Amino acid sequence: MPKGRVSIVVERCKACGFCVEFCPTHVLALSSAFNSKGYHPPHVVHPEKCSGCDLCGMYCPDFAIAGAKVETAKGGDK
Amino acid sequence: MTPDLNRDELHKNERHTADPRGVLTGIHFMDGDHACCEGALAAGSRFAAGYPITPSTEVVERFAARVPTVGGTFIQMEDELAASITLQGAVWAGAKAFTVTSGPGFSLMMEHIGYAAMTETPCVFVDVQRGGPSTGLPTLPAQADMMQARWGSHGDYEIIALCPNSPQECFDLTVKAFNLAEEFRVPVMFMMDECVGHMTEKVVIPPADQIEVVPRRHTHKPVAEYLPYGTNGDLVPEMAHAGDGYKFHVTGLTHDERGYPNMTPPVQDKLVRRLQNKILNAADRIAMFEEEQIDGADVVVVSYGITSRVAQRAIETARKQGLRVGKLRLITAWPFPETKIREQAAKVNAFVVPELNLGQMVREVERAAAGQARTFPVSHAGGGVHRPEDILKVIVEAGR
Amino acid sequence: MTDSVNTDLLNPVVNPVEAFLRSDRMPHIWCPGCGIGTTVNSFARALIDSKVDLQSLALVSGIGCTGRVAGYVKLDSFHTTHGRAIPFATGMKLANPKLNVVVYSGDGDLSAIGGNHLIHAARRNIDLKVICVNNLIYAMTGGQSAPTTPDGSTTSTNPYGVFEPAFNLPHLVEAAGAVYVARWTTFHVRQLARSISEAFQKKGFSFIEVISPCPTLYQRRNKMGDGLDAMKFYKEKSKVRNGAPTSEVGLTMTGEIVVGKFVDRERPDYQTLMGAQYTHALGDKYVEQPPVEQETVCS
Repeated sequence: MPKGRVSIVVERCKACGFCVEFCPTHVLALSSAFNSKGYHPPHVVHPEKCSGCDLCGMYCPDFAIAGAKVETAKGGDK
Repeated sequence: MTPDLNRDELHKNERHTADPRGVLTGIHFMDGDHACCEGALAAGSRFAAGYPITPSTEVVERFAARVPTVGGTFIQMEDELAASITLQGAVWAGAKAFTVTSGPGFSLMMEHIGYAAMTETPCVFVDVQRGGPSTGLPTLPAQADMMQARWGSHGDYEIIALCPNSPQECFDLTVKAFNLAEEFRVPVMFMMDECVGHMTEKVVIPPADQIEVVPRRHTHKPVAEYLPYGTNGDLVPEMAHAGDGYKFHVTGLTHDERGYPNMTPPVQDKLVRRLQNKILNAADRIAMFEEEQIDGADVVVVSYGITSRVAQRAIETARKQGLRVGKLRLITAWPFPETKIREQAAKVNAFVVPELNLGQMVREVERAAAGQARTFPVSHAGGGVHRPEDILKVIVEAGR
Repeated sequence: MTDSVNTDLLNPVVNPVEAFLRSDRMPHIWCPGCGIGTTVNSFARALIDSKVDLQSLALVSGIGCTGRVAGYVKLDSFHTTHGRAIPFATGMKLANPKLNVVVYSGDGDLSAIGGNHLIHAARRNIDLKVICVNNLIYAMTGGQSAPTTPDGSTTSTNPYGVFEPAFNLPHLVEAAGAVYVARWTTFHVRQLARSISEAFQKKGFSFIEVISPCPTLYQRRNKMGDGLDAMKFYKEKSKVRNGAPTSEVGLTMTGEIVVGKFVDRERPDYQTLMGAQYTHALGDKYVEQPPVEQETVCS
């Protein structure tokens, strides 16, 4: 059971790569999909490694991603 | 009180009067600069930001001495660029605020006059005019900033400008300036000159309950409904202050009714025309002037500020010589009282416009007259006042 | 395109910064890889952590890319004129001392056209929290030199390379009188949030410089890659030296970036000094400015 999870607001992403680079456990990679502006948003490639630290959210200059710890009781959010 | 012959009584809703703590009721012997300061305090101003410049400095020197005893703040900023925007921060925090300056400082303040017009920040800019251009004549009078008051900042916008001609009017009309600023959410230019500013005369300051003040047009709308730049047909939006909880945005960029930047031609058109129309639609109501023996006049002398005092002598002399001379003293210079001039132009032969400049408001008179009457400037490069005979000479010539 | 956790779409993670954003204005205009948005995340965290009352928080910005922050935050926010955010904020703070006033602006706005106001506000110790996003360039107008552009950089107004010495902003504001001076980069997201929180606890002029990438202009013109390359550069070149003498923290184009909290000292702020002086001089005659009546109608 992963300790954390992320949500991505695909349409805000500008594919800067900060989240991919600075995720301490390399959960993310830029996908091959496009958003409507033509950017490749990230996607989760190693969900099991997500700790919910939200460094991705802290780094994202476009407010396009956020991470949170998973509450064991209810798959919760912040 | 100044004869205020054209005020439209319909627009008074409730009557608010001055806070007595700021009103120095009594009969005083004071100069125009000092009287202006007292007018600001009587109007409810409790914030000024200034920078020293002759011949305006006494206004804020007095404010600096008075305001800590009535509960307010004065700060001398590092330059006029700062002063002219510091006062606006204070306005958005809830204060009635003003600054004072003269020519070179007025030039520096132009960007922020435009900002006040664009963001609809109610405030007063006092310009105690002196000889120019540039450093010019720091201690001597002129009236050469009149066009600058109207057009000094870039872009299309309207302001209101008032011209006192005595220390008494420096008191009365400063109160009026603040009231107009609040009513129309516009920066008001208070166009004094060095002569009026440094002339000492009797100034009667009435009891506070006889001084009408216009309060801030603060919104009473719930947060969810409030639009910072939305209007309901009267063209003047309601205001909120920082800290009220409205979490609104103010920008000098072209903006929509939410205050959000929206830099497109349709939004620009709507906004800028509204800024213009909120003043021009009310121009006849805003216009204040003093008229005397206009009916049946051949020549009407149009003047303002200190020049109107000299013109008075010339007019009286001309009348004694049998000429039919009317007097029209502009108390409001901007918006220019076009309607009045156009009406008179149809009835008189000529306007004579003495000014302490090389021809500024005379251009407006000529424009409004639209060829129906001749227009004669009586220019003066500044540094002193006209001699009555200089004006008389032109009145006689105009009467031919 | 989905995330691999199935519950996500029904129950997305709430980004804590969202509560501070004018979501109706997203996506914002900043370029891909620009660091300004990253600084806003740290700012939001600081607001949450220091429990600042958002109703009495006002944010004032100048003109430039960083100046656009005012338009994107859901606070009483004022996008003023170029260089004049600090005097505007000064007027706001003096007229209503209960407000917490933040100035959020860029290096060109604050230190070039706004330089005079910067040093006087620091001298006076006006109680303002100034966040200076330093991308080493005038970005919004297309990449001209700023007083902070490092020697040797190429810009549109120094096409043959900048030869002017650059400002060392922490040194400048410390000398002018600031009571809290820190510098971080957009790599240091948590430290930046902590510094901003500390500034909120401080009374007086606080100045936090954040080195931030301008990929479109500074990075590109100087062949330094994109925003991510800048972030990696910051990570590699930054050295945390809390308490370092500010005279030693000047920046060069490719050298060490000294970060940390440099100054944290006590000096009476402007309003304290003003009150004390008036009390001393006027005694009973001194009338303190009455508090502003906040008029709100709740929704």
